[in-house]
Amino acid sequence: MKYSTKFMVALSGLAVMAGAASAEMVQVKGSDTIINLVQKEAEVYMQQNPGVKISVTGGGSGTGIAAMINKQCAIADSSRAINAKELEAATTNGVKPSRIVIAFDALSIIVNTGNPVKVLTKDQVGAIYRGEIKNWSEVGGSDMPINLYGRQSNSGTYGFLQEMVLKGNYSSKMNTMNGNSQIAEAVKADPSGIGYIGVGYAKQAAGVSILDINLSNGQPAVSPIDKPAVMSGKYPIARPLYQYVNGSPAGTVKAFIQFELSAEGQKIVEEEGFYEIPAEYKDANARFGL
Amino acid sequence: MNRRIKEKIIEGFFFLNGIIVIGILVGIFVILVRNAWPAFHDVSVGDMIKWPSWNPDAYTTPTYGILPMLMSTLMVTLGSLAVAVPVGIGAAAYLSDVADPRVREIAKPIVEILAGIPSVVLGFLGIVLVGPMICKLTGRYNGLNAVNGSILLAVMALPTIISLSEDALGSVPRSYEEASMALGANKWQTVIQVKIPAAASGILAACMLGMGRAIGETMTVLMATGNAAEFPGSFLGPVKTMTATIAIELGEVAYHTTHYYMLFVVGLMLFIITFFVNLAADVFFHKHTRAR
Repeated sequence: MKYSTKFMVALSGLAVMAGAASAEMVQVKGSDTIINLVQKEAEVYMQQNPGVKISVTGGGSGTGIAAMINKQCAIADSSRAINAKELEAATTNGVKPSRIVIAFDALSIIVNTGNPVKVLTKDQVGAIYRGEIKNWSEVGGSDMPINLYGRQSNSGTYGFLQEMVLKGNYSSKMNTMNGNSQIAEAVKADPSGIGYIGVGYAKQAAGVSILDINLSNGQPAVSPIDKPAVMSGKYPIARPLYQYVNGSPAGTVKAFIQFELSAEGQKIVEEEGFYEIPAEYKDANARFGL
Repeated sequence: MNRRIKEKIIEGFFFLNGIIVIGILVGIFVILVRNAWPAFHDVSVGDMIKWPSWNPDAYTTPTYGILPMLMSTLMVTLGSLAVAVPVGIGAAAYLSDVADPRVREIAKPIVEILAGIPSVVLGFLGIVLVGPMICKLTGRYNGLNAVNGSILLAVMALPTIISLSEDALGSVPRSYEEASMALGANKWQTVIQVKIPAAASGILAACMLGMGRAIGETMTVLMATGNAAEFPGSFLGPVKTMTATIAIELGEVAYHTTHYYMLFVVGLMLFIITFFVNLAADVFFHKHTRAR
């Protein structure tokens, strides 16, 4: 193992050297939920700043954060906060993750358009994904077993939903799909399916209906595509979307992030179907001089 | 240069190449064992078998049950053989005994080109073509399951099975065929009752090699089988194979944790399984060549 570690260190050393040679190459890696968004941001930014190269790849939030900890990328896209285990690994590697909020997402629960269910409570969503509610008739639908579609464990959305809504284990019957689009396609084809995807994907997906979610029965249910309600914090499963960098952002990385946070960058966020950064998170970004 | 020295150098060169390959094999085995070993301190073998599911990201206590994924891998592999073996032997018999030599000369390379299709392309076909077809045929709403994976893996195993079986059939001595014909058997009887039994060990070796390919295949099954963690209920349900588990989880696992070591245990198991399958293929193959 020692040898392979040394080999990896040598490799990443080479990568750093290669990076130094062409100083303007920025590697961005991580969340599949925001890959399209960040790619769009990078495209526009590169058009305005010829000579800068930004490469954006997916793989999941966990993959991105692991790559940042191992110093294989400059920016990690993540749809969940970094967890304790990852923080510990970062500290061991001498990496200080800084969190920047680049957009806001209302995680959307989708079902087939043929499904009469239009509203669920946050707790019902949790019970459905834990496998405790097994039939649509238990939540006011027709008598059909519920087919679960979710993400693979390297997905930040998987982690976010588990942490914030399930507070327990996912049902082992859940089909784990490769990304938001694959979930949307599966739910579109399956009359008894349910899935969770980023609001940017939900707005674009055809053939699925987006459920309204409320905190508990009787409370007003909110749609994830109702912007004022989401921005005022009324949608129960909304989340900030992050980029993590090592230490304080500087140089090209900082310039790119500043572009993402600018009015122009935030316009792209809205065009991709996500929401601009709420005021409370702008203050957090300001810590890094952004 | 002295001819003998030249001869020695060349000999040494080939010897070195042989040793390097063996060295790589042993090296891989050693790395797998060393990374898998710490897992047995954290998790007992009994628990690995007893736990009903593989859930390293559990909310409270992670479980590392390996039976569901072992069963998934077996189902997908055996399913692929159920499709590939009859089709493969049939195609091989056609190529060796029925087809016009000119047809064979074109058809055999085409079959071998099939082996060059990238597995990710097959996985893609599984999502957009085989999946929807399974839905239509069975009336289910989700076509990502063990059958889908089996069909795609069968396509991957076919070139190996067809090509090697055809070689085996072709190497059956002509006198067998002539004797059979002389006794009044027709072509069909000759192929089925004389040639295929005579080439049996070669055909078996071909099937084993095809199976070895199917067990280790990752991308195709990852894309086409649905990857649910539960113990597989039926061929029409989703399965999560050993290879898919490693491919999905190794990218984000924190190094030197129980989860990380357990992934190496799974890798070690895969290595051992494919090793024995290939070894069996080799044994059958030698039996075949010696019988000749």
